[in-house]
Amino acid sequence: MTQVLETEKKTEQVGHSQARLIFGRFVEHKIALVSILIVAFITVLSWSVVGVGSIPGWWHLTYNQLNPLIDGGRPTMSVVPQWLGGEGVFLGEHPFGQDRIGKDYFAMTMRGIQNSLTVMFIVGILATVIGTVIGAVAGYYRGVIDAILMRFTDLIIIIPVIVIGALVGSIASTLGGAIDGPVILGILLGLFTWTTLARLVRGEFFTLREREFVEAARVAGASDARIIFKHILPNAIGVVIVAATLLMAGAILLEVALGFLGLGVRPPDVSLGRLISENQSSFAHRPWLFWWPGLFIITLALCINFIGDGLRDAFDPRQRRFRPRRQKKVLK
Amino acid sequence: MTTHISVTAPEHGTAPVLEMIKVGVEFGVGRDWVPAAKNLSYSIRRGQILAVVGESGSGKSASSMAILDLLPRNSRVTGSIKLDGEELRGLTSGHMRQVRGAKVAAIFQEPMTALNPVFTIGFQIVETLRVHTGMRPIDARVRAIELLTMVELPDPEKAYNSYPHQLSGGQRQRAMIAQALSCDPMLLIADEPTTALDVTVQAEILELLRDLRDKLNSAVLLITHDMGVVADLADDIVVMKDGEIVEAGEVHQIFSAPKHPYTRALLAAVPRLGFGFGPDDATGAIDVSAALMEALEQGPVTTTDRTTRADRPGSPDAALRMDDISVEFGQRRKIKAFKAVDRVSLSISPGEVLGLVGESGSGKTTVGRAAVGLQPISEGSLIVTGRDISHASSKDLRGLRRRVGIVFQDPSSSLNPRLSIGDSIGEPLKLAGEARGKALGLRVEELLDSVQLPRSYRNRYPHELSGGQKQRVGIARALSLSPLLLVADEPTSALDVSVQATVLTLLKELQERMKFACLFISHDLAVIDIMADRIAVMHKGRIVETGSRDDVLRAPANPYTQRLIAAIPVPDPDAQRDRRQLRLALMRTAVD
Repeated sequence: MTQVLETEKKTEQVGHSQARLIFGRFVEHKIALVSILIVAFITVLSWSVVGVGSIPGWWHLTYNQLNPLIDGGRPTMSVVPQWLGGEGVFLGEHPFGQDRIGKDYFAMTMRGIQNSLTVMFIVGILATVIGTVIGAVAGYYRGVIDAILMRFTDLIIIIPVIVIGALVGSIASTLGGAIDGPVILGILLGLFTWTTLARLVRGEFFTLREREFVEAARVAGASDARIIFKHILPNAIGVVIVAATLLMAGAILLEVALGFLGLGVRPPDVSLGRLISENQSSFAHRPWLFWWPGLFIITLALCINFIGDGLRDAFDPRQRRFRPRRQKKVLK
Repeated sequence: MTTHISVTAPEHGTAPVLEMIKVGVEFGVGRDWVPAAKNLSYSIRRGQILAVVGESGSGKSASSMAILDLLPRNSRVTGSIKLDGEELRGLTSGHMRQVRGAKVAAIFQEPMTALNPVFTIGFQIVETLRVHTGMRPIDARVRAIELLTMVELPDPEKAYNSYPHQLSGGQRQRAMIAQALSCDPMLLIADEPTTALDVTVQAEILELLRDLRDKLNSAVLLITHDMGVVADLADDIVVMKDGEIVEAGEVHQIFSAPKHPYTRALLAAVPRLGFGFGPDDATGAIDVSAALMEALEQGPVTTTDRTTRADRPGSPDAALRMDDISVEFGQRRKIKAFKAVDRVSLSISPGEVLGLVGESGSGKTTVGRAAVGLQPISEGSLIVTGRDISHASSKDLRGLRRRVGIVFQDPSSSLNPRLSIGDSIGEPLKLAGEARGKALGLRVEELLDSVQLPRSYRNRYPHELSGGQKQRVGIARALSLSPLLLVADEPTSALDVSVQATVLTLLKELQERMKFACLFISHDLAVIDIMADRIAVMHKGRIVETGSRDDVLRAPANPYTQRLIAAIPVPDPDAQRDRRQLRLALMRTAVD
């Protein structure tokens, strides 16, 4: 009698998963897309220049080898083509210049970026995993388990990050001789920076666990672990990814701050923060020693924040701004 | 299609209060303008109630929000909206603010969210009065209490000083109406004013609105999806579908001789209490009005003798047996536990459908959750498909999972948005180890066939399906392990009436074929009537009446059941007028 009313489109097409929709929306966010390309470019550049472990990079100089000073250490790179009245496009012997004792500044900056990015990725991954698991378990079980985990979280939150960083930095630098310094620093920082993420995930679990599909899964016979990781977590992944991105942007700045304070990565190794701290006095005479690391810090921090913004918009399309003038004609 | 409502009653015959001429509403989605309402033309006079009827997405709310200029920013309005001869479109926000509240007022669906929880009712009414009339606070207070008295709140002084959460749902809606009427608006927009309320409360609010219409002589624009409410209140009807008016006319004419096929289908889909499945199927028809008349004649004396019709003793092989079970919530130190379910006894034989009806907060959902082991019980014995789960451990419950299924109320919440339809349906099968790989795929396709969804839907995701389709998926998942007991917890209350009809038909067919026992929970007695063999009525955590469908509807013994039946509006204006009188008579005897 009422079959007429419910019109069902019987089209044979494969459905779009949420992931594909989100990806589609992310790609529309031009700034985020450009940012991700820039970060990828910087990452590949720094690793390929310096090399990994014993494999040397393509740049013929290393960050700790001493070279004769050329032109007072001024950058030799030129970007203005000859047909515009410049000297042509070339890198020269020392594109970013040299420091006071003649080390190649291009190699040093790239090494610094490599170390900063290593710390950032390790902090990002480790803190995300710890924060997600603790938040998920606390949010799902509630009660006593939640109380214990959250008091533990509070304990870590009340210690100022910079104090933890100082402590962690000095531990990392003493251990640094044996194992790779930045890796140790990343792991130790990761162990203390998961707190915000844990709280966010816990809050998200509180709302999601009351949804009926969780009950449906329980009636279907799903175990707790399956409900947490298969049913609830994928629905909270938006919060996790966005928080993790912003956490990584914070991590790179934290590493820089620690380097600036003389903690963290120890000489002869370099990091972006250390480069700035060492060269702050030569700002008037050799400004390039200050500009190059600063430029990359700003670029990386900005780009990662833009990526975070793009991801947030992609996961929550309702927050997008509406521009009436951009609208096309009425859809028929 | 544009249809002007002709002025049929010249005794009202002044100029229209509201005149909509070719009004269109469009929303910006992505980069396109998508029309929500097209070419709407209608008008309302003083003292007239015009009902705009349509299913969700028909644009009925969008068009009325256009009158108040309360649409979100990503929208635009075309055409002309005239209030008392004055064009409303293009007014500055300052002018519009003077119109809102003073000349046009609105009552919304959910009074809890429409009232500000941090201010008292009195403050909110006084605020409206002072903003629009500049009254002195003392005068405004007197007027506010006068208004609260007018909407028949039991203790106006107390309500004046109450916060919204201190009032019941019905009282809040009355307070909301008082606020809306505070400046004697010439037009009152009631957007689904009773949808969030229980059916007995709804009857009272409708009564109040009818009284007020006579008293105030203002025009009322009633927006609703409920044909019963329309029959009860409206003078004229505008039927909307997909943003367009498909039919408009006088209420009797629409109900007795609908012209447009959509209106006809809509009216046919409305469940009518006592008729079983639709008015065509007259075999099991019960004249509920006659039953109520009888109850009225017998008076309340006899009803006390048989308030609780004893349930027949459950056979040991019953699909579900509840003996004196109680469920308590929230016992925490000094706070006393709240007894949501109070010594309830029920039994369902294999292959039988028991309809459990009750109002919000009556504990019916808790009973349903207990039956599938989602809610531990604090007292009594609970035997599901032969297993005692009164004090079950999680291991016992896992064994139970294969024998029970549950269909939830809200289809958009009950499916995991990250899982494809096929994965959702197949999950119980996979976890029970029934099938995997290709065999699982085949079973999922069979299940999709059985709920009449195309097989290709297995790769789709919930957000790509309509509400009715999602509910079918929910049914397929619940039935995937061929359970002996299915609990259906308000499976159709979130759906449009036409979709509800198809889902109920499907559920009934499946039940007849697969012969599972079913606990069908609903607040709507008319829906229960379609589905159930036996009916149990729940009120404040207790079962007040149980019996076969015929017994309960033909001779409702408990006064609460009688009130419940009398409160359900009939989708027929004349029959509803009789029913209304019957209800009032019934209420009077109850008071005596």
